Amino acid sequence: MLLHLRRSLVAALFFLVLCGLAYPLAGTGLAQVAFHHQANGSIGPDGSSLIGQQWTGPRWFQGRPSATVGPTGSPSPYDAMASGASNLGPRSTVLASHVAARAAALRKEGITPTAGMVTSSGSGLDPDISPAAAYAQVGAVARARHLPAAAVRRLVTSHISPAQLGFLGEPVVNVLSLNEALARLR
Amino acid sequence: MGFAWTLVALAAVLALAWRFLGSYLAAVYQGRLTFLGWVERPVYRLLGVEPDAEQSWQRYAGALIVFSGLSLLLTYLLIRVQGSLPVNPQHLGAVPPALSWNTAVSFVTNTNWQNYAGESTMSYLSQMAALTVQQFVSAAVGIAVAVALVRGFARRGSATIGNFWVDLVRGVLYVLVPIAFLAGIVFVAQGAVQTLAGPAVVHNHLTGFTQTIARGPVGFMEAIKELGTNGGGFFNANGAHPFENPTGVTNLLSVILILCIPVALTYAFGKMVGSVRQGAALLAAMGVIFCAWLAFTTVAESQPNPAVAATHAVAQHHGNLEGKETRFGPQSSSLYNVASTQTSTGSVDASADSFTPMGGFGMLTGMMLGEVSPGGVGSGLYTILLFAIITVFIGGLMIGRTPEYLGKKIQSREVKLAALAVLVMPIVVVAFTAVAVSVHAGRAGPLNSGPHGFTEILYAFTSQANNNGSAFAGLSGNSAFYNVAGGIAMLLGRFAIIVPTLALAGALAAKQVVPAGLGTFRTDKPLFVGLLIGVILIVGGLTFFPAAALGPLVEQFSHGRLF
Repeated sequence: MLLHLRRSLVAALFFLVLCGLAYPLAGTGLAQVAFHHQANGSIGPDGSSLIGQQWTGPRWFQGRPSATVGPTGSPSPYDAMASGASNLGPRSTVLASHVAARAAALRKEGITPTAGMVTSSGSGLDPDISPAAAYAQVGAVARARHLPAAAVRRLVTSHISPAQLGFLGEPVVNVLSLNEALARLR
Repeated sequence: MGFAWTLVALAAVLALAWRFLGSYLAAVYQGRLTFLGWVERPVYRLLGVEPDAEQSWQRYAGALIVFSGLSLLLTYLLIRVQGSLPVNPQHLGAVPPALSWNTAVSFVTNTNWQNYAGESTMSYLSQMAALTVQQFVSAAVGIAVAVALVRGFARRGSATIGNFWVDLVRGVLYVLVPIAFLAGIVFVAQGAVQTLAGPAVVHNHLTGFTQTIARGPVGFMEAIKELGTNGGGFFNANGAHPFENPTGVTNLLSVILILCIPVALTYAFGKMVGSVRQGAALLAAMGVIFCAWLAFTTVAESQPNPAVAATHAVAQHHGNLEGKETRFGPQSSSLYNVASTQTSTGSVDASADSFTPMGGFGMLTGMMLGEVSPGGVGSGLYTILLFAIITVFIGGLMIGRTPEYLGKKIQSREVKLAALAVLVMPIVVVAFTAVAVSVHAGRAGPLNSGPHGFTEILYAFTSQANNNGSAFAGLSGNSAFYNVAGGIAMLLGRFAIIVPTLALAGALAAKQVVPAGLGTFRTDKPLFVGLLIGVILIVGGLTFFPAAALGPLVEQFSHGRLF
């Protein structure tokens, strides 16, 4: 028993140094040198390309609904300090009422919503929307900005990222890079 | 169509892992590889261990229990005092006692159930030195137990089953650290963060909004989180968070990492008992169950979400998107969550709570089968070997003959130990769920009402007793009741299975081999594979059907009703 205990203590210290310090710190050093941009959060001039943001008003393409909750327990969409999903069940009346309200709000803006536009994401920080969701917003954005719809539509098409290697995951449109390009569109 | 190619790529990589990682694992645990001897030897000297001196099953189990107990204590202490330790840029305070208990048990038992939100609870030092350490060590402990049991079959008339310290050190050094490090590089290259610089504040010039973004040493933790079938992520959203699982590539890599060691261990097992076909038979049983559950869950998630459908507000052509990330969609999310619940991983890349009733049923029942398809690192192999013993016992009963497995006579003691180990998990799940729904503190947990609320409780104890860690995360688990009860369930689900398994290893190692005769039930043939699958399904089905009927089945068949 005492022998086991002494050995356990030595082993625990060895693993603490190897797996808890050397491993993550070597990884951090390597990442900071070789992948500086990614390792620090893929941050550009207006935010991280991997972390979704709240976009308000019809002048911008909207991201997915976000269910993140702030420190006080009240809704705080796209709170990147508090990732999380709604966790509402598939027969939840609360989910149904959220979906109905979101769909009504979008229709009021002249947008026919897709399913992804009325359901919240798994992280609450989804940086992407589906190509269909982007196309659905083209008319409303073009109207608000007094731009020709065809030009906005072309912008969306040029911002579709296909599935990686053609088959991994789903094709997406990154909302931040689309809106940055939109701001540059004359 | 794209998803079919994802599955082809996964199958191809796993086939290679089975053959080559499997043979590497056998060489590591048979002591045939020594290229890291220069690290090993000083460690053994420090430990005072003679690497060739083997242990009886009692000493092996004793060392394992004492080491795990001390790991539990150290993990608990580290997160209790994190506020006074460095590498804590967010100045997070001590983790409260009940939550620390639950978390320490959770990581030491390879469960990684998380009653906390990582980015707002754990300091960077806690994530690295407390949690990541256990993600390596608990995985190595699991593999060690499996290897000890395999030695029990492989040896004849032996009083020993290996040396726990050597198995532990070799698993971490030769297997887990190198593979995790390589995978960590891919995670970071794809966009996972890896920094100690604290949260970033970004300002969007277009909208005028400012956003504070949690960061940390994530990418390399992600690698061992999956490789060790741990599942505990840096962030609350786990594998759905873009900094943990940024792309389709990392999503598939995660699934590969989760499955590769459990799959490869069946080859290593075959190698060590002298017949690769025996390992292939176990893999076949695992593969049939895995594919059936994957197909079932993927089809379920490709159906509309009933609550969304009830609003008649949108068309749901692509299935259930609530709680899912756009870049993954229902199919890749199903693959990830099934891989994670058919092993003891429990990581999620989509909200399990918001899966369709049958999608949730697929994940829940995957765990209820005991996680053998292919199961956690080590635990998958030793659990399916327990089922194999019960299978040959039932086969022997049918023809009135003492059963054998791999040349070892399976007698009363072996059957009792295997049955005991197999029954621990169901008893814990059913008993703890029954207590939870009977007391106020238990009923206060669920977020959702109706049958889904019951499923949240059932899922929690199924996950913890199986050392899985996956959650219907609507449950408010950070209460005294759930922290304490969950901790006990995880401890029983780990060590009340490991001890009888090691006793079994000792009993088997001591036996002589009986030559196979005409009446021997061949355990490398399809008939055995079919019977093994049958036993696994019947044990799980008979135990859990009533509970599953009250939860996901009621929910599925409540047509037109919301709760």
